[in-house]
Amino acid sequence: MKQVPVRHDGLPAPGAPMPHFVSDHPFDPNSGEGAGGGMGEASQLRLMWWQFRRHRIAVVSLVFLTVMYAMILVAEFLAPYHQDTRNLDQIYAPPQQVHLFHDGTLVGPFVYGRTQTLNMDEMRRIYTEDRTRVQPLRFLCKGDPYRFWGMIDADRHLVCPAEGGDLFLLGTDRLGRDVLSRIIYGARISLTIGILGVAMSFALGIVIGGLAGYHGGWFDAVTQRVIEVLQSIPSIPLWMALAAVIPVSWSPILVYLGITVILGLLEWTGLARAVRSKLLSLREEDYVLAARLMGAGSARIIGRHMVPGFMSHLIASATLTIPGMILGETALSFLGIGLRAPITSWGILLTEARSVNIIALYPWLMLPVVPVILVILAFNFLGDGLRDAADPYR
Amino acid sequence: MILYILRRILTMIPTLFLISVLVFVIIELPPGDYFESYVAELKALGEQADLTEVELLRERYGFDQPQYVRYLRWAGGMLHGDFGYSFEYRLPVNEVVGDRLWLTVVLSTVTILFTWLIAFPVGIYSATHQYSWGDYGLTFLGLLGLAVPNFMLALVMMFFANLWFGISIGNLMDAEFLNQPMSWQKAQSILSHIWIPVIIIGTAGTAAMIRRLRANLLDELQKPYVITARAKGLAPGKVLRKYPLRMALNFFISDIGSILPALISGAEVTAIVMSLETTGPMLIRALQSQDMYLAGSFLMFLACLTVLGILVSDIALALLDPRIRLGGGAAK
Repeated sequence: MKQVPVRHDGLPAPGAPMPHFVSDHPFDPNSGEGAGGGMGEASQLRLMWWQFRRHRIAVVSLVFLTVMYAMILVAEFLAPYHQDTRNLDQIYAPPQQVHLFHDGTLVGPFVYGRTQTLNMDEMRRIYTEDRTRVQPLRFLCKGDPYRFWGMIDADRHLVCPAEGGDLFLLGTDRLGRDVLSRIIYGARISLTIGILGVAMSFALGIVIGGLAGYHGGWFDAVTQRVIEVLQSIPSIPLWMALAAVIPVSWSPILVYLGITVILGLLEWTGLARAVRSKLLSLREEDYVLAARLMGAGSARIIGRHMVPGFMSHLIASATLTIPGMILGETALSFLGIGLRAPITSWGILLTEARSVNIIALYPWLMLPVVPVILVILAFNFLGDGLRDAADPYR
Repeated sequence: MILYILRRILTMIPTLFLISVLVFVIIELPPGDYFESYVAELKALGEQADLTEVELLRERYGFDQPQYVRYLRWAGGMLHGDFGYSFEYRLPVNEVVGDRLWLTVVLSTVTILFTWLIAFPVGIYSATHQYSWGDYGLTFLGLLGLAVPNFMLALVMMFFANLWFGISIGNLMDAEFLNQPMSWQKAQSILSHIWIPVIIIGTAGTAAMIRRLRANLLDELQKPYVITARAKGLAPGKVLRKYPLRMALNFFISDIGSILPALISGAEVTAIVMSLETTGPMLIRALQSQDMYLAGSFLMFLACLTVLGILVSDIALALLDPRIRLGGGAAK
């Protein structure tokens, strides 16, 4: 091959033929798209995850909720006391503070012992801290016995009071039961009721709303009427009416299931409506027509082509439904027509703080409202993040 | 348009019919009836029940007859404005409820107006300043309103109002106006009391509305026509006002339908806690004592209130959006 005169900048001289260059490196057709952060080859789920990660509060909420739900599994271990343990000498005791230093020396986490006196003028118990009685906390210790998951007998706790001492970090109620332990136990009922209810209403909502929106016709008309009926009766009065129907003789577990069913059966309407209205508008899109022309069945068109299109809306509605149910249970229990006493839920705990007097005298009985607020906030933020993530191409 | 409204009103009739059936089924669900528990209670107290009176009432309200007859009587009576008889108060339901229905309407209306006033500007700000500190702060405040249970908020506000202002806010009016006919002073008294329940009930609805307005407006803001409008040089404020806001307004109006039942729910719970003179406290009492006509009338009334609200929102929506009033007939 004839040597081509090469200029000092590497280009052939004007007029000379270009040398034919073939790279002997292996060719990767996707390598060019990798420059955009790999967007081109990431799956839809991966894109969603990337988008979701950018919503910091949503990620924090997800972690928080995961921890809360994990706590349900080991509630007995985490709680310092059993939920029904009564401390008759510690009725309406205020929260105790955890200290680290006693007289300037490090003791590790401990609480001071307390003595109770009766104030006969105001008819209330006064608890005074006794600075001489140092009660160091014990960890991974033996305490109130419990049956782990209703099967294994155990008595280990993450933290317990000193021998003969007390540990009421959030105070006690009118029977001297530890509020913190009851909040931890109550999480089991309060957190699962929303999930069970929303799972039920989600299934009902997608199926019924999907069929109504896609097929239209008489089915749509009937569904519309039913939804309108269910939605136009305000949920709390309707829940109240249905909860009042649950016989007093039912066992607590049956009542719990009954309330879940009531919550789920009445809440699917919002989801169904959202699905239907989105389907109605998506039905007219060209790509749906294209799919139909290619012979796709309605299940495939709904599931593969339309559902991704309105997933964001659906998830926003669903995550808003869970807190609604948790609040609904709380309100029903607070009003005395939801769950009943042997069961411990956050709503049941809040019934202790029923009147203004109690709030004035024993404000710590309102503390169960804190986890309620946190969980509901977390679900809302999570929903926000999911909503943004469900449409990652923005 | 008139045709649309007419059709819309006609579809309300089967809805109301279904609601009345549902309400009737629910109030009939508990085993036994009021008289059985009443007689049993009297016997437990060792008193002689006046069985002739009980029998008379039983017969008058058709408790010796099959259920559908009773339903027809109940529903038929309601059409004439006769809501039945409250067994517990031993008075016709009409006389027992008195002002309560109207106060419920007033409370709900004021709360809706409050919700709109707050939610509209906040929602727009949050959507146009997405992920700014203002957006986070306002969203967080709104969510906090959504997350705090109404009844706790009511209790805490009652406590602080008592502590700071020394006023008792447990009612909707001063005590001397209870059971009095409506007068100027009574209206003033109600107005001075109504704001606390309105804030309590409004918080949850406001938060929900802000969220949805923000979400819908964000959806609109991402669309190409907004970019086009911006690209051709429209001022940002004008772009917002001319296009996306009008689209989002649709959701805003149609949202009444979903906000109203939630508002009324919240209003019921709040009313029970604060013992307001609305339907709430009486409804729960009636439900617990199986005073079925009273409970049924309340449920029916609350349902009618929301159906009417949804009707109003649908008509407003049709006025706003020609696609709905023109397309409504063609699609079906």
